[in-house]
Amino acid sequence: MDADHPIIRLRGIRNAFGAQVVHDKLDLDVRKGEIIALVGGSGTGKSVLLRTIVGLNQPKTGSIEVFGQDVLHMPSAERRKVEERWGILFQNGALFSSLTVAQNIQVPLKEHLGLKGKILDEIAALKIAIAGLPADAGDKYPSELSGGMKKRAGLARALALDPEIVFLDEPTAGLDPIGAAAFDRLIADLRDTIGFTVFLVTHDLDTLATVCDRIAVLGQKRVMVVGTMEEMLQQTDPWIVEYFHGPRGRAALDAKARLEARKGL
Amino acid sequence: MTPSAGTGLLTIAEETGQVRVVLAGRWVVGNADRLDRALDALPAPAGRGLQLDLGGLDAIDTVGAWLVHRTAARWQAAGAAAAIVGARPEYEVLLGQVAQADRPAPERPPRLSPVARMVGDFGRSVALAAHDGLQLVAFLGETVAALLRLAFLHPGRFRLTSTFAQVQATGIEAMPIVGLISFLIGVVIAYQGVDQLRMFGAQIFVVNLVAISVLRELGILLTAIVIAGRSGSSFTAQIGSMKLNEEVDAMRTLGLDPVEVLVVPRVLALVIMLPCLAFFADIMGLLGGMVMSWASLGIPPDAFIHRLAAAVSWKTFFVGVVKAPFFAVTIAVVGCLEGLQVEGSSESVGRRTTQSVVKGIFLVIVLDAAFSIFFATIGI
Repeated sequence: MDADHPIIRLRGIRNAFGAQVVHDKLDLDVRKGEIIALVGGSGTGKSVLLRTIVGLNQPKTGSIEVFGQDVLHMPSAERRKVEERWGILFQNGALFSSLTVAQNIQVPLKEHLGLKGKILDEIAALKIAIAGLPADAGDKYPSELSGGMKKRAGLARALALDPEIVFLDEPTAGLDPIGAAAFDRLIADLRDTIGFTVFLVTHDLDTLATVCDRIAVLGQKRVMVVGTMEEMLQQTDPWIVEYFHGPRGRAALDAKARLEARKGL
Repeated sequence: MTPSAGTGLLTIAEETGQVRVVLAGRWVVGNADRLDRALDALPAPAGRGLQLDLGGLDAIDTVGAWLVHRTAARWQAAGAAAAIVGARPEYEVLLGQVAQADRPAPERPPRLSPVARMVGDFGRSVALAAHDGLQLVAFLGETVAALLRLAFLHPGRFRLTSTFAQVQATGIEAMPIVGLISFLIGVVIAYQGVDQLRMFGAQIFVVNLVAISVLRELGILLTAIVIAGRSGSSFTAQIGSMKLNEEVDAMRTLGLDPVEVLVVPRVLALVIMLPCLAFFADIMGLLGGMVMSWASLGIPPDAFIHRLAAAVSWKTFFVGVVKAPFFAVTIAVVGCLEGLQVEGSSESVGRRTTQSVVKGIFLVIVLDAAFSIFFATIGI
């Protein structure tokens, strides 16, 4: 796979549940090392598309390539190898409720790498800290955590294997603005250091304005347009105009401009 | 210079005044085990400085950076200097991030000796059982209070539809399984009884055996156990999932009393349906005994019924069925209480459901024993 080849490449995806067609002839390329956000109205199948890429949902037709490999038709041993190279943060964390946070993080480490002993505890403690959780969170069960902490714990588990692609389903939903901004920064920092690719589904305009390299807008059963925030602002589609030029969209852009002005000083 | 036994990931060179470690290859989580072991081979500081050369690395991730940071930190903790050189700018950021994430591991509480733990666990479980008992009585009182409130103060708030839905789910839909089990028990008692009674030439008394055991004890007891397993568990699971989903809290904030809305219909439905099911179970049990008597003894049905009338009176039947409402309240109240105590995670729903069935069956059998003693005392 050369550097120009997209890290994720979707072609002609069709998803349908019964008579209801969610996606039809959907194409999307994700470049290596970028942070790309998927936006769209309710019911446009954002989460379905994410689930389709990671193999939780089988598309009716179409092809999915990740790391240049066809992941739809792949022996399970090879698929496991691919799965080691990505991490997923589900909307509500999806932590295993019978395990502590530290044990949750250790699941992929044990399962994929067969690690044992003290190094497991050390890696778990490191991931807990990187995800911005207090040190005593490791021994807690998911039911003892707040919504935001669950999300961070879910991210810590998604990052356990230092993946090359991170899928985030509404990462900042339910976080307070300070927590959400910190989460955004964390994602951007990790991308810069580890160099992973981030594919996220979000409604958070601040996330879109501050950390995303490109935005893909889902609508009319396909990806209507992909581009930077600036390109989004020049679109004429009424939904996109409403989405990015509404009061919230303007506020997010103002905040971004202020942030950049401060950096410039 | 003494290169360490080749892992290909690091080379250790002991120079005068300092130890130089040259890192190579991929310092990533996939190699975590090998890296950890290779770093164990580092010599003791012994007053020398440490230099970690990152110039030759192919790749590093957070775990690799953590191991580098940890090595340097340990060296510094021993009072020696440690330097990281040759790091590319992006590695510096990563190292900075990992350094920020470094903090002392939380202290674990000291472990108790097994004996102390056993004593502690035993005490806790006794206290818990006492607490559970009290709670059950309190909840029973709450349910009765809600029932009386509905009956006398606010009859309009009574949930008729919900009660009928529960009657359907807990009573009518349970008929096939209750009927089948009772029929088979009738067959088994007749079959086993005939074998024993034949030794005395008293085969005909199999009718008395079947009738009294089914009517007095087995019909109602088996029905109660089946319903505790079937409906008690579903009460706990339904209410428990609603609790997890914050539906119960939503009810409270909307001014609805969960006991009125959720518990009363379930308790009432079972109190109505368990006696009916017990009656049905009695009939099916007698039918089973009759079929078996006909098949293995040649007692025709009309002779069986004739004999039955001589063997038992209405009293025998009532002694059995009168227990049904008490069992019903026990099962329903235990099931609902366990459901309302669900908290936190889906695992709790599973645990509470098990508890509900175990406690329900246990209490039904305890009650049955109490009834036996009571009936014996008053001479029925």
